[in-house]
Amino acid sequence: MILVRPGRVMGLCHRYFYIYTRSGFRLLDVVFWPVMDLIVWGFVAKYFMRLDSANPTAITFLIGAIIFFNILNRAQQSISVSFLEDLWSRNLLNAFVAPITVAEFVASTFVVGLTQIFAVALIMSGLAFCLYTFNILTISFALIPLFLNLLVMGWALGMFTTSLIFRFGHQAEALAWAVPFLIQPISAVFYPVSVLPDWLQPVAYLVPATYCFEGMRAVLSGHGDITSYLLTASALNLFYFLSVCLFFAAMLNNARERGALAKLVV
Amino acid sequence: MAAEVETIVSVENLRKSFGKAVAIEDVSFQIRRGEVVGLLGANGAGKSTTIQILLGLIALTSGKISIFGMDPWKQRVAVLSRCNFSSAYVALPYNLKVIENLDVFAQLYGVNNRKKKINDLLDLFEVGHLAAKMTGGLSSGESTRVNLCKALLNDPEFLLLDEPTASLDPDIADKVRKLLAQVQAERQMTVLYTSHNMRDVQELCQRVLFLHQGKIIAEGSSQAILQQFGQETLEEVFIAIARNQVSSSLLSGDVK
Repeated sequence: MILVRPGRVMGLCHRYFYIYTRSGFRLLDVVFWPVMDLIVWGFVAKYFMRLDSANPTAITFLIGAIIFFNILNRAQQSISVSFLEDLWSRNLLNAFVAPITVAEFVASTFVVGLTQIFAVALIMSGLAFCLYTFNILTISFALIPLFLNLLVMGWALGMFTTSLIFRFGHQAEALAWAVPFLIQPISAVFYPVSVLPDWLQPVAYLVPATYCFEGMRAVLSGHGDITSYLLTASALNLFYFLSVCLFFAAMLNNARERGALAKLVV
Repeated sequence: MAAEVETIVSVENLRKSFGKAVAIEDVSFQIRRGEVVGLLGANGAGKSTTIQILLGLIALTSGKISIFGMDPWKQRVAVLSRCNFSSAYVALPYNLKVIENLDVFAQLYGVNNRKKKINDLLDLFEVGHLAAKMTGGLSSGESTRVNLCKALLNDPEFLLLDEPTASLDPDIADKVRKLLAQVQAERQMTVLYTSHNMRDVQELCQRVLFLHQGKIIAEGSSQAILQQFGQETLEEVFIAIARNQVSSSLLSGDVK
């Protein structure tokens, strides 16, 4: 059974490469928002540092959180927005009737997402060093597995969003950008879970990103073993990723049954 | 005894409903290797739904489809690698150059010696000078010919063409028609062709399937259909069917 053939994935990646490099606005969209986040929140944190009661590690936490959240956001968008790109350029029909598997289509968006994330992380790290003397290279390598977990969660969210577009059509397009921000308040991005009301904390603990951000703060503050964070995030991610793959396949088939796929792509 | 010609497409008792609305009702037909078959019908007759089912974009409700002897639903990649598709209404990505678009699709279809294949096709359709042009900047005629280059990249054995000459001026439409006829004859391609241009159909198709309200109501050569409906041209047959100006027995498909 054919699942993923590298030549076909490369073909799809070439297409995204041409689309992104051809359009300055597309490139700007990839880089602009993360850089804006870093600048605005970085200076807010700097301002708080001047206050008497400020925690000296606050700026490190905040910049780390911004970079990590952008990894999640970018991974999610690499799938959902890439799908919308095809939709808007009325090209999905040609792609769907080409002899490529759904797995190859999704794999190409993973590759595009990874490339974007490394580019964005590089730019943000350079900027963080210039503006706030935040050197990402001094951070422990323990952050890498947390980074990978956020990547997987972002991909799962991207596939979930795309599944909803299959199900609800163009009216669900806004979700391509909104989903990461919908879960942001319960993902412990900028504050620990303990800040949340008691009734909301169990919900937060169902989100893999929560363990990544709690783990990140533990690493940055220089104490705490993050093994349990890592294991829990990985287990939840595995569960969600497999569930989302099934949901994606079900929604795609449902769209074929209802004729919605043809309406969406033609 | 003449050798039996291979059946490329076989559709048996195809039915597709969307809720209570029936789009295709008990449609059966076969297409043999090298045959060009026209699928005609007014808007909403079920042409696009039939093509989209063959392409795997819409799931059938009941019936059986076989392409190259395979189930296109279960052996999608194997079937699609031997087919291709072109439609006047489906664009290639507008923000890629023509050459980039063709190169991407050549990769998706696993074409060997991509550069030569692309150049040969661009020359065949006389659009070599457009290679470096952005696809979004092409005229309708140029776009149609580039789409056809894409559709022939993998030397398809079965080609589905959805109104390929729509929105073309008579001169360009004539050129496209002649090129298609030439390529089809040279390669003995099997073609399923939908068009509202009856001249296309009369010139290119050896057999015609007339769809009306999801059913095949007439099937045969253009000449046989003209006789059956007592009309001079296919256009007159088309109008008579669309306006229900033929006998109920013909419209119900009881007489074929």
